[in-house]
Amino acid sequence: MVATLVRLRLLVLRNSLKRSVGQLIAVIIGGLYGLFVLGLVVFGLFALNFAPVELLRTIVVLAGSALTLGWAIVPIFLPIEQTLDAPHLAVYPIPLNTLLTGLLISGVVAIPGAITMIASVFTFGSWLRMPGVAVLALLCGIAGALLCVMLSRAVTSAATGLSSGRRFREAAGILIFIPLVLLGPIIAGTASSLQNSKDVLPNLADAMSWTPLGAIWAIPSQVALGDPLGAVLRALIGLATIAVVFLVWRWGLARALVTPVHATSRVRAQGKLGLFGRFPDTPAGVIAARCLTYWFRDPRYLRQLVVIPLLPLLFWFYSSISHATFLLQISGPLVAFVLGGALIADISYDSTAFVLHMSKAVPGRADRWGRASAVLIFGLPAVVAITLITATAGDSWMPVPALLGLAIGLLLGGLGVCSVTSAVVVFPAPAPGDNPFKTRPGANTALLGSTFITWGVLAVINLPEIVLLIVSLTTGQQLWGWISLVVGIVLGSITLTIGARLGGRILDRRAPELLVQLQKDA
Amino acid sequence: MTDVNPPTPPRPTPPTSTPVASPDPDPAAALSIRTLYKSFGEKRAVDGISLDVPAGSFYGLVGPNGAGKTTTLSMATGLLRPDAGAVTVHGVDVWQRPLEAKAQVGVLSDGARLFDRLTGEQLVIYAGLLSGMDRPTAVSRTADLLQLLDLQTAAGTLVVDYSAGMTKKIALACAMVHAPRLLVLDEPFESVDPVSAANIRDILGGFVRGGGTVIVSSHVMDLVQRMCDHVAVITSGRVVASGAVDEVRAGADLEDRFVELVGGRRVQEGPEWLRRS
Repeated sequence: MVATLVRLRLLVLRNSLKRSVGQLIAVIIGGLYGLFVLGLVVFGLFALNFAPVELLRTIVVLAGSALTLGWAIVPIFLPIEQTLDAPHLAVYPIPLNTLLTGLLISGVVAIPGAITMIASVFTFGSWLRMPGVAVLALLCGIAGALLCVMLSRAVTSAATGLSSGRRFREAAGILIFIPLVLLGPIIAGTASSLQNSKDVLPNLADAMSWTPLGAIWAIPSQVALGDPLGAVLRALIGLATIAVVFLVWRWGLARALVTPVHATSRVRAQGKLGLFGRFPDTPAGVIAARCLTYWFRDPRYLRQLVVIPLLPLLFWFYSSISHATFLLQISGPLVAFVLGGALIADISYDSTAFVLHMSKAVPGRADRWGRASAVLIFGLPAVVAITLITATAGDSWMPVPALLGLAIGLLLGGLGVCSVTSAVVVFPAPAPGDNPFKTRPGANTALLGSTFITWGVLAVINLPEIVLLIVSLTTGQQLWGWISLVVGIVLGSITLTIGARLGGRILDRRAPELLVQLQKDA
Repeated sequence: MTDVNPPTPPRPTPPTSTPVASPDPDPAAALSIRTLYKSFGEKRAVDGISLDVPAGSFYGLVGPNGAGKTTTLSMATGLLRPDAGAVTVHGVDVWQRPLEAKAQVGVLSDGARLFDRLTGEQLVIYAGLLSGMDRPTAVSRTADLLQLLDLQTAAGTLVVDYSAGMTKKIALACAMVHAPRLLVLDEPFESVDPVSAANIRDILGGFVRGGGTVIVSSHVMDLVQRMCDHVAVITSGRVVASGAVDEVRAGADLEDRFVELVGGRRVQEGPEWLRRS
């Protein structure tokens, strides 16, 4: 049974690759990259033979703790497995413990699990000077990797066990995103405050070695340092951790098997049309209303909205530690850039629901304008507001006109360019209702390709504003800034108009082909 | 896949099959399909289908799983580009003049998602406005359709929280909101409860009596026999019989006739281990 589950997992992986060549290529590139990184890690572990034990200990314990923490956090964003999750397996009479073993091993043979396992096992490579410790490190590596996989399972199943309502899942997915974006400043902040004390990292490693995250990784070095008691204590901590995690996972899985995902819903009264009552009743108008509704109701869009306030916050932080106010003011154009590029996945996010636009014979141009204006309605005020607020905060009004020009140029231009690219390519995107952080195999490479092309075109189109911004900053003459503002508005509008027209024409012609791809991805 | 479309064993051409006469699409027919082909890679999904759906008929499209029903209907409604062949809706070529053709057709696609973050009411209004009507018309038609399909109480619920049957009904409302002359419904009764199915049947019957044309694809022979006046049997991407229901079934039960036409019925009691007594 265990072998069957493992084989099923591998089979699913193989079959998902067979569906499309592009996806396969993407996975191969990703796999090669992973192998390259793995090779570096293994090489580094062997190189540590020449390092003193204290340094080795600091590195292994910290890296191991980070790895374990990563395995605990990541599954919240990326559900690792869809095929072998509880609802799919609930119908088969598989004993719980067999199921647990099968899931554990199939987690280890999946790509992330395998990489973790190999890297962990190779921690023995640093101990060639003490063969006994090397054997111990080998065992600890296996235990550590197993803990990682189990931890990710426990976190997912506990999360589903606690609440399987749709709203809870979606809200949790978005809320957890916020600390993640701010992780950089948080780490930088703690690091810079700790920088003063010289041996902060060894101390941190020492502290981590007493926590469930780092205990297992510290056992070999503890023995090597001649502290068998410390090693035994950490081994006990490690074992207790594994036991607790296993029990939590078992509890969560047992619960998930008998509690299918259920829907909870807020019901509105009939006749509440929302935005549909306020927008012009043309196809472009209703598409804008629909897209805007989605921007505020669909987690996949909401996640991008959250970025609007977070980006300035992030840059405020960086500018305050580097004392460069200009860094803060760049956040206006940057938000514009992000929002302008947001349209690139719009049809991919529609998934096969896009068929409605086709069967109602919506002209491509109306489709493009509708989607673009939905972003403009909240994007333009947001970008202008951020530019003005950051200027107030940094008390530097000189570059504002030029920055506004660049921001508006980027927003309008981005929407225009995306109107074309998104009519040409669709790619596997998280399905409606899925975790917005879920990525599909191969999605990233396809997305990256079209994103880079979009950025390239956007950079060329916005070259005048960028040059004018630089000129206005170096000469210090306001005039250049005002010219940039005019150029940004005019050039951006032209780009958007051309983009919507061209994208609309392509969409009219290519809609059936896009639908075929969407059906393949669904 | 090694067994790509094994050659169909020779069987006498069913006398009930009305061969499509002219090589050009029939402008009088509600839907006229001529020698439609579509391959997906190695697999020939639709292998030269020709079909005339008379205006004002209630037409059933039946066939086993994977026979090419959905592919045919997708190509007939302008959603999937055929490799070859022609399709007209009331004389308008679907692939030459798609806007005009689509204005006359209401489509319910099997397995396609809906914009399910909208409430049921918003979704139908969206569909209406997309096809170009003004808001008051869309709103009042939506109210009528919701009442007709018994969805008023769920009008304000997000479609994502609908049951499968309710989702099917709201999709049907989207297909009907622009008052098409031809309704093309792919598996409209799948996962719909008997009461709702009966209601939908009544609505479709009324639509046909009012001068419209309905095409449904279905597995449920019994339903097709009771509901439709015309039927086409498709298997392996080909039409093996078509015409008035009574002609096609030729005195037999439609289900038996279907199994006979399509083949593949094996008379055996199943493996030993499955028998309890």
